[in-house]
Amino acid sequence: MFLSFFHQLRAHGIKVSTTEWLTLVAALVRGFDRASLQTFYNLSRALLVKREGQYDAFDRAFAMAFGSVESTIEISDELLSWLSEPIPLRELSEEEKALMTAMDLETLREELQKRLQEQKERHDGGNRFIGTGGTSPFGQGGQNPQGVRIGTAGGGGRTAVGVASERRFQNLRSDRVLDTRQIGVALRKLRKLARDTGPEELDLDASIDRSGKTADIELVFAPPKKNRVKLLLLMDVGGSMDPFAQLSEQLFSAAHHSSHFSAFKSYYFHNCVYEKLYTNIERYEGIPTRDVLAAIDRSWSVVFVGDAWMSPYELTQDGSYFSYSQPRTAGLDWLKRFAEKTKAQAWMNPEHQLIWNAPTVKAIRHVFPMFELTLDGLDKAVDHLRGARPVSPG
Amino acid sequence: MSDQTFQGTAGYLASADLRDAVNVAVALEKPLLLKGEPGTGKTRLAEAVAESLRLSLLSWNIKSTSKARDGLYVYDTIARLNDARFGDGDIRDIRRYIKYGPLGRSLLSDERVVLLIDEVDKADLEFPNDLLHELDRMSFSVDETGESHTAKKRPVVIITSNNEKELPDAFLRRCVFHYITFPDESQMRQIVAVHHPQLEEKLLSTALTRFYWLRKQPDLRKRPSTSELIDWIAALKHTGVAVEKIAGEIPFIGLLLKKESDVQQLINMRDNTTRGLKM
Repeated sequence: MFLSFFHQLRAHGIKVSTTEWLTLVAALVRGFDRASLQTFYNLSRALLVKREGQYDAFDRAFAMAFGSVESTIEISDELLSWLSEPIPLRELSEEEKALMTAMDLETLREELQKRLQEQKERHDGGNRFIGTGGTSPFGQGGQNPQGVRIGTAGGGGRTAVGVASERRFQNLRSDRVLDTRQIGVALRKLRKLARDTGPEELDLDASIDRSGKTADIELVFAPPKKNRVKLLLLMDVGGSMDPFAQLSEQLFSAAHHSSHFSAFKSYYFHNCVYEKLYTNIERYEGIPTRDVLAAIDRSWSVVFVGDAWMSPYELTQDGSYFSYSQPRTAGLDWLKRFAEKTKAQAWMNPEHQLIWNAPTVKAIRHVFPMFELTLDGLDKAVDHLRGARPVSPG
Repeated sequence: MSDQTFQGTAGYLASADLRDAVNVAVALEKPLLLKGEPGTGKTRLAEAVAESLRLSLLSWNIKSTSKARDGLYVYDTIARLNDARFGDGDIRDIRRYIKYGPLGRSLLSDERVVLLIDEVDKADLEFPNDLLHELDRMSFSVDETGESHTAKKRPVVIITSNNEKELPDAFLRRCVFHYITFPDESQMRQIVAVHHPQLEEKLLSTALTRFYWLRKQPDLRKRPSTSELIDWIAALKHTGVAVEKIAGEIPFIGLLLKKESDVQQLINMRDNTTRGLKM
């Protein structure tokens, strides 16, 4: 039963770590309160689920695993039978597999004993400890056979599974929660502090530090430390990018909130870069691309975000098909100008690498190293920007 | 755990799942991470836990500039420098210039205490990771004096977050987690009853209807929460506004909606409705 619960959690996308699972086992072995299914529900949710967005998935997994169970099961028996069953390795992450193979069943039991021992040492008394050998801490009678009422008085005697099946947390699902944190952490790697060789300045922090240590006023002079990274972010908001709007937004908001750049600018473009870059795409407000190019130099890095998917003529023709004035520069030439003007370049593509086969994608990859807009891809792109290591195109 | 279980207090009603989460965190000595809409009583829970377990409470309110080490201790070099210049006291004893923060004090305390780390998401991205070591080991050392301290009694740690930033996985794995859902109407009745006993039933039910109606309005930048409802009911009670009036317009709207744009939104909506009715 526990195994099926574990499987269900995994199947519903809740990645329970071994530590968390063992914590739950420890809580149960400790004889935590009465072993009603409702308590088990509350405990396992508090210990295994760490984001409210996953409450709904947890409820579904719980209902699947315990749907056919009467509310009076002996959790303890289940726990022992779980401990005597081998742990399936299929659905564990690599890291956990390694941990699990290193930890056979006997070690797991010992781990359990050790945890219990630790708790015993740290706690004065406590009357629900198990003796030796891992006998059941439960079943001392007097359990509440019905599921515990949830909420406060006045509710019906709903069972844990009943409550789980109600799916009260549906609107908390995390599908739309922005995880700008991870992107922020990845971008942070871009920060590259360097001491200039310029004139020395009073280093206030170092002075205070040293004065504090010696309790005498000491002044420290050093060339200023400066963040040298300048980032220009250009994002495609063309129609084919609509499915990735949220992803691009995350990257944008992470970059925007990031304080690791000595300068940061961002503009939008539509399908490809032409003579104008937008600050507000809905109202077609923007500035001439020429001005943007004029304002940057070799100290800048440029990152494009787009699927590089367009009709070939958008890239090679002047592209301004709604304009009848003088001949203009083709999209690809604009892109090349950005490549020539900056120190390092990267193109983040939200599409999977496997389908980077459109002709325009290939053409652009001759100009910019392309990376997937995933955390992994972002890491690689940041590494590339930092070292500006050449990435073989195509 | 018989004597150390949290059951809520007279002034704080805790749901069964919240009680279980608190108790398992206390029993396993793991930090309890609380999330939930503003105004659902995350901070007040720490007070209630302290009161119920009869422990004292130390609060550490996190700001965007908070550093994990500040919670442990601050070495007041300026005071020492001042003493060195103007000769007051023995500057050789560095311990005199170590000022312990809330986390440090909770680990040094002879008694078990409740430590509230309030709004952990306000701080820098790396902040929670910097806390991991101390929360795991429940010990820390003071570099300047070379002293190390281990908690005599592991504090009950309660951490709140308003979801402004995602928290790192390694941090989450170590916590017991609970999300406080917004109370439904019947739970809200009990909460209101704690603050306003013997409230006239008609006033209560009308106020609650209006309150939940208002919360359901789309496009509100900040939905009114429990504490705002309590204040609003206090104002209604105090001024003795006729119940019929509450059913119509909403008096003292400023107590419920704290954003100018939200009030404007509501006025526009009402104007549109009345115009619609007239035509």
